[in-house]
Amino acid sequence: MRRLLLRLVLVLALPVVLVAVWWVSSSGSEDVYWPPLRTIVSAFPDVWTGERWRGDVLPSVLRLAAGYALATVVGVALGTVIGSHRRVRAVCEPVLEFLRAVPPPVLVPVIMLFAGIGDTMKVVVIASGCVWPVLLNTVEGVRAVDAVTAETARSYGITGVARLRHVVLPSASPQIFAGLRQALSVGIILMVISEMFAASNGLGFTIVQFQRSFAIPDMWTGILLLGLLGFVLSVLFQLVERRALGWYHGLRAAARRSR
Amino acid sequence: MRGENAALGAAGLAAFLALGEAVPRLGLVEEEYFPPTSRIADALGTEVADGAFWTAMGDTLTGWALGLAVAVGAGIVVGVLLSVVPYLREATASTIEFLRPIPSVALIPLAVLLFGTELRSVLLLVVYAAFWQVLIQVLYGMRDVDPVAEETARSYGLGTWARIRYVLWPTALPYVMTGVRLAAAVALILAVTAELVVGAPGLGARIAVAQTSQAVPEMYALIVVTGLLGLLINVGARSVERRALAWHQSVRGEVAV
Amino acid sequence: MLDVRGLRKVYEGSGRRVEAVRDLTFTVAAGELVCLVGPSGCGKTTLLKCVGGLLEPTAGEVFLAGRRVAGPPPGMAFVFQEYGRSLFPWMRVGENVELPLKQKDLSRPRRRELVADALASVGLADAAGAYPWQLSGGMQQRVAIARALAYEPEVLLMDEPFAAVDAQTRADLEDLVRALWRERGITVLFVTHDIDEAVYLGQRVIVLSASPTVVREQLRIDLPDGRDQVHTRVAPRFAELRTHVYEQIQAAKHGAARVPSKEPQGADTPPTH
Repeated sequence: MRRLLLRLVLVLALPVVLVAVWWVSSSGSEDVYWPPLRTIVSAFPDVWTGERWRGDVLPSVLRLAAGYALATVVGVALGTVIGSHRRVRAVCEPVLEFLRAVPPPVLVPVIMLFAGIGDTMKVVVIASGCVWPVLLNTVEGVRAVDAVTAETARSYGITGVARLRHVVLPSASPQIFAGLRQALSVGIILMVISEMFAASNGLGFTIVQFQRSFAIPDMWTGILLLGLLGFVLSVLFQLVERRALGWYHGLRAAARRSR
Repeated sequence: MRGENAALGAAGLAAFLALGEAVPRLGLVEEEYFPPTSRIADALGTEVADGAFWTAMGDTLTGWALGLAVAVGAGIVVGVLLSVVPYLREATASTIEFLRPIPSVALIPLAVLLFGTELRSVLLLVVYAAFWQVLIQVLYGMRDVDPVAEETARSYGLGTWARIRYVLWPTALPYVMTGVRLAAAVALILAVTAELVVGAPGLGARIAVAQTSQAVPEMYALIVVTGLLGLLINVGARSVERRALAWHQSVRGEVAV
Repeated sequence: MLDVRGLRKVYEGSGRRVEAVRDLTFTVAAGELVCLVGPSGCGKTTLLKCVGGLLEPTAGEVFLAGRRVAGPPPGMAFVFQEYGRSLFPWMRVGENVELPLKQKDLSRPRRRELVADALASVGLADAAGAYPWQLSGGMQQRVAIARALAYEPEVLLMDEPFAAVDAQTRADLEDLVRALWRERGITVLFVTHDIDEAVYLGQRVIVLSASPTVVREQLRIDLPDGRDQVHTRVAPRFAELRTHVYEQIQAAKHGAARVPSKEPQGADTPPTH
């Protein structure tokens, strides 16, 4: 009980102190760019009304989800093919290394040429940025399937789809999840950038609108909301990851104990 | 095997370039949107001959290098401090977990207001994004210290500074190098993004100009340049990492963040 | 049951050519328990993988119940030395045992039955819901053996299965293998580098030469069928047989011709390892 209390204090103390410091130090602020935290907080419910949630936040999140899902499917599928064949891998490697190194936001202008400025463009932008970490990590994970594991599967006649489903993909899943995690932060960046570039709604669009019209407290609420979104998505990801990779964390803990 | 792989890789690259040439030539996509490889190469030649291109390149690299240096310095100092001072790490964990996933692009409007198109705009974004990469790896590395080594150091009466210097730092170094490598890649992404969106001078801004003036081949050429820059940074960072860690490859660990 | 004829395996790669197995011919009768023993690095694992269809031999053939082996046959099950890597850590023990059965298109109740039966006969009836890495090394190898049993093979191939477990667990596992073999009447080909283990377990011991490998000697183990760790290992006949195999292997290491059979020595033979 006491330990739990101590943990709670440790978790909450610093955030509370930081918010309090922000609150107090900004309370008398005359600086237009740094409005008092109180002003920002009180502006929040006025700015993010039900209509804004439906009209801006939801479309943004849906685009992110669509692009991320597309990148996951394409990245894992291609990565599995490339990772399973040594020759294919050798052929693709230099091109992939190059494509991965292109900073994803510069793809926005290119994709705008093809896909205009609609939702398709944004989904494609997000997918084309997210796909590389997923793809490359899948390649690494699939390639690194343990030799004994592979031979065991072969000796018991586990081949084809069953091998993919029960052996290759689970064995690569820790790597794949590492890629998915990187892809998530890339995806959020691209969601915002693509909306800042050309859009008529969305979180990125709205925040830039506030900035251009010098609605500074409203802009701050947008920044806070974006931060909150990033945090919530990362927590969700962790929950999914912990469930899906429960065996992996257990295995690692067991290995550490016996070290 | 290595020779064969290199040949296959070269063949793949050649096929990629040939595909880039053939697809628009055959009219599968409009040439206007997707210029053939040769036209992109032409545009690249023109860019390279242009002094302004090199200025833009210099600006981008300046923003990248300065931002990365600040992030790495701050990441290491903060990481060591949090690991060495008792309870500090536990007390800051929740705050770090909250701040880290905040997308750095959320700061773009603030950067525009505060610094406009100055270099400081770029630095704000680059430092924020790269800092977490370094910090997280330093924290993991410091936690990885062998308790026996730590006990030994204490029992011989090593002071805090000596403990950092001889026990903590060498253990954490592989993680730090990984953090620097990841940060270097992220820093380039954010530097180019800031230029592209905010308009700070650099390759990103040049891409934005090419886009608005419908100079499609030039735009592609510049994108290729950013890709090559990224490739160079990745390869460079990896070789530095390998050279610095040749002595304990086996214990090198990467934490997925 | 198992018929190995003129088996030869040459590894070729990047200009180097290594002849691991030169010429091996031997048979294993149905229901027999045969141990293969040889000096370390003599290509035992290569041989077993060729027999199991995991490696393509350079020359020669392997027949299982009269059919030529090309690729892993459904009538064989393999137990690897590296149990930690051979069991899938993302599956629970029960799922690990069941997975190969799914490939055999067995009905669900039948699979359940086989899994439960196999786990019970290795003494792990309660462990179906655990993950392999939650178990000790010896228990993990038991799971691997259960997986092989549930597969209902005609021939069980075991590649140094107990090399990575501690001595006490090893003795238990040896007794388990003998018990299962006697109970179920399966054919077992057991590879080991441990001479005591080979003599203790086998009905017959095949002594291999150093690489490139040939059969050096085949030795019938005329110990009684009911063996146990305490009495069998101190029996004078056990010591004689062990000493004999030991000398053969020492000679194999030094590349000497076959040592002529000597009269049995006393119990004060040099330690084998």
